[in-house]
Amino acid sequence: MVDTVLFEFLHTEMVAELWAHDPGPGGQKMSLSVLEGMGFRVGQALGERLPREMLAFREELDVLKFLCKDLWVAVFQKQMDSLRTNHQGTYVLQDNSFPLLLPMASGLQYLEEAPKFLAFTCGLLRGALCTLGIESVVTASVAALPVCKFQVVIPKS
Amino acid sequence: MAVCIAVIAKENYPLYIRSTPTENKLKFHYMVHTSLDVVDEKISAMGKALVDQRELYLGLLYPTEDYKMFRKLHNSYTDVMCNPFYNPGDRIQSRAFDNMVTSMMIQVC
Repeated sequence: MVDTVLFEFLHTEMVAELWAHDPGPGGQKMSLSVLEGMGFRVGQALGERLPREMLAFREELDVLKFLCKDLWVAVFQKQMDSLRTNHQGTYVLQDNSFPLLLPMASGLQYLEEAPKFLAFTCGLLRGALCTLGIESVVTASVAALPVCKFQVVIPKS
Repeated sequence: MAVCIAVIAKENYPLYIRSTPTENKLKFHYMVHTSLDVVDEKISAMGKALVDQRELYLGLLYPTEDYKMFRKLHNSYTDVMCNPFYNPGDRIQSRAFDNMVTSMMIQVC
């Protein structure tokens, strides 16, 4: 599919461009925030557009399942590989072959570079959750490419 | 078929509100606030019950076939959201949205 490649290239360019501007530690934080912010805005729009036919979000878990299935399929043409929760507002979404990391390496090479390529997607998840009425904090971690985990923490209020 | 259309943000302020010029605007603004209370009531009573967007709308005011109208409104709102020049939380100033609302209001008479 042509569209997926376009997004991947665009995403790679976004990361590269932001990093080229200010590679120092202060600039890195800024770049990560900018990427997360972009993802957030896109997630907000997707959160409005995607839940077309399926309208009944009875509880938090349904929303997370929507993220793992419909959102992931719409953006990455595959479903999330696993979803785990402690039933107290923390969810861990694991993708065993994350499309944005797949072309980079398979194993431990480029491990330090990986987080930059996850910032946008963290924002994406946070934005979609926001539109669906859930405030959250989303972080990502990589143990070995291309497996990555997204941690969604929903504070209880 | 509508005399007043309003889009309210999560934080309870209006992103967009318009009524037909012949009607009393203040009366409608009050009505919009009251209907927000009804929405809150419905949502808190939801619990595990199956609710979908259409039902939520129908359950509020009159059980009519206006869910088509609601759907059109929501589709237009989604388009506004997807516009990269729109920042969520701003007043809605899209002309396309205005036109859609006008077409919905004209059908009355």
